[in-house]
Amino acid sequence: MTLFIHELKQSKWSLIIWTVAIAYMLGIAIVIYPQMAPQMNEMGDMFANMGGFTAAFGMDQINFGEFWGYFAIECGNVLGLGGALFAALTGVSALSKEQKDNTAEFLLTHPISRRRIVALKLAAVLTQTAVLTVAVMLAACLATAVIGESIKLKELLLLFVAYLLMQVQIACISFGISAFSRGRGIGAGLGMALMLYFVNILSNLTDRLEALKYLTPFAYADGAYIVSNSVLQFEYIAAGAVFALFGITAAFIRYTTKDIT
Amino acid sequence: MNVIETDSLTKYYGKSRGIIDLNIEVGQGEFLGFVGPNGAGKSTAIRTLLGLISPTSGSASVLGLDIGKSRTEILSRVGYLPSETAFYNGMRVSEVLELSARLRGIDCTKEAAVLCERLQLDKTKKIRQLSLGNRKKVGIVCALQHLPELYILDEPTSGLDPLMQQEFYNILKERNSQGATVFLSSHILSEVARYCGRAVIIREGRIIAADTLSVLSAKGFRRVTLKGANVLPLIDGISEVRREDSEVTFAYRGEAGKLIRALSDLEFDDITITEPSLDEIFMDYYTAEEGHR
Repeated sequence: MTLFIHELKQSKWSLIIWTVAIAYMLGIAIVIYPQMAPQMNEMGDMFANMGGFTAAFGMDQINFGEFWGYFAIECGNVLGLGGALFAALTGVSALSKEQKDNTAEFLLTHPISRRRIVALKLAAVLTQTAVLTVAVMLAACLATAVIGESIKLKELLLLFVAYLLMQVQIACISFGISAFSRGRGIGAGLGMALMLYFVNILSNLTDRLEALKYLTPFAYADGAYIVSNSVLQFEYIAAGAVFALFGITAAFIRYTTKDIT
Repeated sequence: MNVIETDSLTKYYGKSRGIIDLNIEVGQGEFLGFVGPNGAGKSTAIRTLLGLISPTSGSASVLGLDIGKSRTEILSRVGYLPSETAFYNGMRVSEVLELSARLRGIDCTKEAAVLCERLQLDKTKKIRQLSLGNRKKVGIVCALQHLPELYILDEPTSGLDPLMQQEFYNILKERNSQGATVFLSSHILSEVARYCGRAVIIREGRIIAADTLSVLSAKGFRRVTLKGANVLPLIDGISEVRREDSEVTFAYRGEAGKLIRALSDLEFDDITITEPSLDEIFMDYYTAEEGHR
């Protein structure tokens, strides 16, 4: 427990900065909606007719003239990408930062098993993604209330559950990388998150690449789909859970046997 | 029971050597120096004992517990000071000390206060503001505040001023006299000679000598100077021969009696036979070739 609290304290500022930045950007996007709305229908037509580009960002499924359509796309842009990068960054440095900063020797010469260290660090990472998601959701609700739009509770919750699961998946994979990494591994973590993002765009472009959707958490964190169908895509979530478990298992196996030099 | 016991402990990093066939025994209540040049394997041995790295082969026990199986139990009873101390950024000294105590699940506030007082460490300072020596003190307090049974200290005094070194050793001596065992690595030989009852010398990953300091220095060589002569006695064990004008100096390893008998055949005006300094003795152990012993 001590280590869990210590971890949260250590990453306090990173969490605050990312949460505020994401909440602020999403909030702004929501607050400007009333000014955008009149042109939205035209823009909606325009976006709807850009072929591959439209599909790539899931805009073929959505009515831009409606607030919740707009909300889903903005969520995807801001929380989807921002949250993914935060999760990757937090996960990938969780274990490796101790070696990079030479604090591993301090931590690992205290009577705490490596398995426990891994478990508590993972818990701290997942807690941070949850805190970020909930805080951003509350900010989004506030902004929605400010512009006088009604909140569709089911869609809202499904949307944020999907984004949270996506962050958890990316965090777990990054966490696995972290156990192997000698440096901070930031490049590997961010690179992995961005790659998954582009894999999703590719898979949206053509039906032939549909199978790629099982590889990327952005497939189920698809605001447009969730808002227009009011369901989550559990087959992709299940595939994501497998990747996440793989990352966690790798972290435990590697970190409990690793030489700390 | 031995507090530390290693059995052919070996560690290779890939192909590069860490330690080879290390057999060390440290008894209860010993104050032992672990001496060797840089890169000899001192830190590797210590890190293996603490479970930071796992041995390639061989085994070891600390406080009677296997290093592989009982790592956490061992760590709860050991105080470890790393050679390079690093702490979390942005923390205050008091926070680091408290974190260390909490990770051990015990309250060390009183002992920490006493140690900080004796080592003149300001607990309110941020780690970042501390000098190297003061940072070392934080590590020392972390290693000592929970009153462990065994102290494993990797170059404990580097960065400390002489006054603090003195105080640090005073504390260690007190703990030692209360029954704790001290195992410290160093390459400052004078401090090893002064405080340690016994020394283990490691070179290129292997133990080359382990004994009390008086025995270690007795096994060392003697420096012999003959005035008014330029011939050498005809015996084995002579090296480092220097000739100056009418004077010859050499190092001799071996029985003193043989030397005296050989010298009696020579003509010379005067002779001095000196015991080398401690530094020279250790240097000799470090650099000695196999043939010498």
